Amino acid sequence: MSLLEIKNLTVEFQTASGPFRAVDGVSLKVDEGEVLAIVGESGSGKSVSMLAAMGLLPWTAKVTADVLTFNGRDMQSMSDSDRRKIIGKDIAMIFQEPIASLNPCFTVGFQIEEVLRIHTDLSRKARRDRAIELFQSVGIPNPEERLGHFPHQMSGGQCQRVMIATALACNPKLLIADEPTTALDVTIQKQILDLLMKLQAEHGMGLIIITHDMGVVAETADRVIVQYKGRQIESADVLSLFESPKSVYTKALLSALPENAVGGRLPTITEKLTDTEIFAGAVR
Amino acid sequence: MLRFIVGRLAVLIPTFLGVSLIAFSFIRLLPGDPVMLMSGERVMSPERHTELMQQLGLDRPMYIQYFDYLTGLLTGDFGSSIVTKRPVLDDFLQLFPATLELSLCAIIVAIALGIPAGVLAAVKRGTWLDQSLMGVALVGYSMPIFWWGLLLIIFFSGYLGWTPVSGRISLMYFFPQVTGFMLIDSLISGQAGAFKSAVSYLILPTVVLATIPLAVIARQTRSAMLEVLGEDYVRTARAKGLSPFRVIGVHALRNAMIPVITTIGLQVGVLLAGAILTETIFSWPGIGKWMVDSVFKRDYAVVQGGLMLIAAVIMIVNLVVDLLYGWINPRIRH
Amino acid sequence: MSAVQTTTETKTGGSPPSGLSEFWFYFSRNKGAVIGLAFFLVILFVAVFAPFVAPHSPSIQNRELLLLPPVFSEGGSWGHILGTDAVGRDILSRLIYGARFSLFIGLVVVTLSVVSGVLIGLVAGYFRGRVDTAIMRVMDIILAFPSLLLALVLVAVLGPGLLNAMIAISLVNQPHFVRLTRAAVMTEKTKDYVIGSKVAGAGTLRLMFLTILPNCLAPLIVQATLAFSAAILDAAALGFLGMGAQPPTPEWGTMLAEAREFIQRAWWVVTFPGLAILITVLAINLMGDGLRDALDPKLKRS
Repeated sequence: MSLLEIKNLTVEFQTASGPFRAVDGVSLKVDEGEVLAIVGESGSGKSVSMLAAMGLLPWTAKVTADVLTFNGRDMQSMSDSDRRKIIGKDIAMIFQEPIASLNPCFTVGFQIEEVLRIHTDLSRKARRDRAIELFQSVGIPNPEERLGHFPHQMSGGQCQRVMIATALACNPKLLIADEPTTALDVTIQKQILDLLMKLQAEHGMGLIIITHDMGVVAETADRVIVQYKGRQIESADVLSLFESPKSVYTKALLSALPENAVGGRLPTITEKLTDTEIFAGAVR
Repeated sequence: MLRFIVGRLAVLIPTFLGVSLIAFSFIRLLPGDPVMLMSGERVMSPERHTELMQQLGLDRPMYIQYFDYLTGLLTGDFGSSIVTKRPVLDDFLQLFPATLELSLCAIIVAIALGIPAGVLAAVKRGTWLDQSLMGVALVGYSMPIFWWGLLLIIFFSGYLGWTPVSGRISLMYFFPQVTGFMLIDSLISGQAGAFKSAVSYLILPTVVLATIPLAVIARQTRSAMLEVLGEDYVRTARAKGLSPFRVIGVHALRNAMIPVITTIGLQVGVLLAGAILTETIFSWPGIGKWMVDSVFKRDYAVVQGGLMLIAAVIMIVNLVVDLLYGWINPRIRH
Repeated sequence: MSAVQTTTETKTGGSPPSGLSEFWFYFSRNKGAVIGLAFFLVILFVAVFAPFVAPHSPSIQNRELLLLPPVFSEGGSWGHILGTDAVGRDILSRLIYGARFSLFIGLVVVTLSVVSGVLIGLVAGYFRGRVDTAIMRVMDIILAFPSLLLALVLVAVLGPGLLNAMIAISLVNQPHFVRLTRAAVMTEKTKDYVIGSKVAGAGTLRLMFLTILPNCLAPLIVQATLAFSAAILDAAALGFLGMGAQPPTPEWGTMLAEAREFIQRAWWVVTFPGLAILITVLAINLMGDGLRDALDPKLKRS
């Protein structure tokens, strides 16, 4: 049994100019202890599909799927309050902009202890101890003092560590990291990625990394899903994807890596390929 | 935080000086002879004129007059009424509780209804509920409140006969003034019906005075809330599995309150301006009616003192709002 | 590490829409704004053509028909659709002529306060330093008084009357424009296009009026609509307190003041002038909301 299983997920938004299909027929599976990367350009529906799976999209979005189960439980037929018992506890998510993702009006301590308060029976004292322990595990120095700080008093990298600590508070079975390093400095990117991989290995969690960065994919993932304009183009394990990509889009994507560049000019993808060619070459 | 308070106070001093300068100049800018205006005497001999001029200090250079006026203010001397000869400060302190009671009731009503209405409209954005709430708010915002008061009197006092037309409490009841708040004093007096009477006199003026602040707060809350609901940290809060009530009522509302607090602070001026009209319509014995009456009685000493005192009240409230703002917004506090 | 960067195709459908048609597109999406505009145009028409539209003269007193109720009420007649007042003047005609006063007051006040406010705000925001501090302190002082009280006292100094009421209301309205312009200028001033223009050798006046000011217009236009309706309300309030237009001028606030004593006997003399104020102010505020939606790029996204 897979941890998360999605079959034929479709998300539509009602807009002023008619319905817009952001995700079209995406299917995926993640097992415990597995790292899945979802790759694609901005607007390819990577984040939307994960938000849809967690039920976090606004009500203007219409979500349909043939199968949408977590740990064997059907997420679609589940009531909102039942879903909220899983979200934040067994499935946790971290986001792209760590500073903006933390509430500026509350201390980071309040924000991490809040998760423990709603999902566990821990006492106030136990929650605080757990928060300190979590801060230590994500490498935040002086955790006792840091708990009383507000997000604007911390750097982007520190804030992302707080977000990771908050996500890990209830020992989730699955962590979804939506572009976790994109907004950070290059040196910090590496640290955060290493931290995520270390914690994933320690806890044996399933991990979904959403990224547009093939470098991140190569460093972290067991399996890869490539998306383009809401549709799934290719799904493969990481080695075969890099060694023998099957779809034209993935090939183009890999040839666009700077280290594969020929001459002084970086190749781009869509100057060579049309949508029709990309979708026709899709390998599910 | 201490530096923040000191900074706010430092800004207040030039404003206070400017306000006092305006109040000081006011009486000297009026058309007519200041000696006659200040003494209230219409006909006088030249000797009497010179005597009064010296007595009022009007023969001295302007800057000394202003300095005297300023020292007077700082020692609590806001001048005396030309008509009754009573110190302006005494009259002000006598009448201010009536205005304060009315204004507090109005702002409480405005906040208690306006914030939930704004939140509801933002959460139900684009629905008929949002549209009707904001439609009503816009009508309230556009309301000529002096007319609104008259309409309410015609309907509730005239047609239905439910509420009295003017005053603060029925003449049947008499009790000592302890706090100056009729609601509290009537309770203290223990007379059955006194409190009920005070409430019945208070309802219509409160509704009238609350109308515009209510509309403004509801509109501001909605737009602040809409902005906040699109923020990343609201998504984070939802991803933690928090209930919608907690996401909106704790995480979003706390942030949306920051601009709303500023708006509420700005309503103090609106309330006092509204009090001028509301008190005139309902013959409410507060400082608004007092100022209008004084303008008509040409009791310019009272107008001068009243201007100064009302501006002082507004400045103090603005300071309190600033401090509250610093307290609610951690980015300023630290 | 590398980032996949691709250029996405953009849909090109003919030439980009002109500023005006784009504005109308956003404005007309707000139904309330269109209704407000329609009402405003009707009021404007009635005001301009008052002598042709009004069934009676606003000042002729018909001693035989004092306090005649409106037509739909018992005892009313089609001769005076909204009835007559205490001295037998036709209320509808007085309201129609009153529209002239209200719109005129709004126009004059907005013009005065916008011109002075924008100039002062531009100077404060552009030069900063001591000039700015001094200007902003003066504005703080004006804002420390309740606007209606200050207007009332100013009118007491200048003498009651419509002109003085307009001057007083302009003065208390103008700090809002100063603050708004100053804030907008300060954000625009550091932007690259201004620096570019400066480097290209544009003079101070050119920078202030031709480079920066046009980019600050959106919030100013919205504030101007709000000031227009606020001016109508304030002028009516002053009229109601007896400090604005003086009787027998058919100004709506003044009409209400005259009608006050008949509040228990003749509801129509009180109801209609206030309704006229409410509808006019509401129409302008509806338009203001539409303008804000159409001009504010921050709200346009949603």
